[in-house]
Amino acid sequence: MGYSAFSILGHALTANKHWQAAVGTPQMRTSYDAVIIGGGGHGLATAYYLAQQHGITNVAVLEAGWIGGGNTARNTTIVRSDYLLNSSFRLKDFALGLWADLSRDLNFNLMYEPRGYVDLAHSDGELEHFTLRANAMRLGGADAQILTGDALQERVPELDMASPKRFPIAGALVQEAGGVVRHDAVAWGFARKASQAGIHVFQNCPGTGIKVRDGKLQAIETPKGRIACDKALISVAGASTQVAALAGLELPLNSINVQAFVTEPVKPALDTVVNYNAGYSYVSQTSKGEFVLGGATDGYSSFARRGSFERIEDVLARALQMFPFLSRLRLMRHWSGTADIPMDGNAILGPTPVEGLMINAGWGYAGFKATPAIGHQMAELLATGQMPELLQPFAYERFALGAEQDDAGAGPYPWLH
Amino acid sequence: MLLIPCPFCGLREESEFTYGGPCRDLPAPDGQADAAAWSRALHMGQNPRGPLRELWYHTSGCEAWIEVTRDTDTHEFIQGSQT
Repeated sequence: MGYSAFSILGHALTANKHWQAAVGTPQMRTSYDAVIIGGGGHGLATAYYLAQQHGITNVAVLEAGWIGGGNTARNTTIVRSDYLLNSSFRLKDFALGLWADLSRDLNFNLMYEPRGYVDLAHSDGELEHFTLRANAMRLGGADAQILTGDALQERVPELDMASPKRFPIAGALVQEAGGVVRHDAVAWGFARKASQAGIHVFQNCPGTGIKVRDGKLQAIETPKGRIACDKALISVAGASTQVAALAGLELPLNSINVQAFVTEPVKPALDTVVNYNAGYSYVSQTSKGEFVLGGATDGYSSFARRGSFERIEDVLARALQMFPFLSRLRLMRHWSGTADIPMDGNAILGPTPVEGLMINAGWGYAGFKATPAIGHQMAELLATGQMPELLQPFAYERFALGAEQDDAGAGPYPWLH
Repeated sequence: MLLIPCPFCGLREESEFTYGGPCRDLPAPDGQADAAAWSRALHMGQNPRGPLRELWYHTSGCEAWIEVTRDTDTHEFIQGSQT
């Protein structure tokens, strides 16, 4: 049954005793048309689009933990498409277009709020580079503005531009279509709709083995039994190295810790998303009133999901440069996630050397914003066997071919991306 | 905050160091290794969940490159040495 004001009223009359579980507890079959390892936003979106676009519902999604417990619910909820390289931009801009209608399609309020994304530049040189990026975005059909001085102050009245700073604010790239989406609702919304379509979503059920014979995928092992399948997708974010190793695959990436934190809730003060570029500090305020803060990675290989104070101090110092009033707030919660960052900083998408086994890995700390686009495109790849054009630049082979997609131009050093 | 065992300066805070990444075992530059071997050495197999041999540069200290083995799961340093 759909969610609506009437369903809330109806259930209230029966003391809320008859709500159905959003995701059922299905019986595992011995074979599926496709298996998706990883029930995060990307995996569940792939399942949803397999059903919605291609009518394929004999699909299993394996989630090692619970829905909405992984990196999908550990990011800072920001969506945007302000990327320089055409390949990166097109994929994220396709996602930005999908976010707009997704709440209605999923019958689940994702609280998508296009409040605008303001990326601050701290020198004339940096602002010139931002102008290059804005022009590239405009050529791609997106809206982007460069604001300086009073125009920027008017766009973000709370921004402290007056007091002297180590990194003064020279201007900003503003993408008004960017904003925030409630991240855990994305996982729940996709999971519920995929479940309703007949797709089996298994929680607390990791993929524990990948059987390959003569270079072809045969089956996926799980604690609930063996699943015969000739198509599978690995979509497990920070566990990609371990899961790919089950099929004997190596991935060109490093896993690095990324932290985020929220303050206590206060009245509405900031209605946009602002990023301090000299070292990164992303600041936005949730509808509930908490300030959400995030920054760069911790900068070294780690699977610990435990942050270092070093980075917390950095991110907060930068946030205070922009918004000195934040110094009065206390941090309420703090968390970390494992980000898989490839050698060129961009994701690894599509077929692997194992026939039938696809991969969606290496999103680093940029994966959330691409969720619906990846679901849409990966579903097409699984359904048709053809690599969609949007995904082609991100193929697994590109590292050996020297065709890296390096937005930052930082080279094969994942901790610098 | 990591406390990194520098062989010259003892245990020092992470903020004094610059990360140099996992040690890469590159083929000898004698023209014998093919492109695939170079690509593999540059890109693959540097991401264990457990002990990792890696490089740090003691930027605000003795300015030496040091090699340490650190557990990526627990952040425990297993050994440190000079490179």
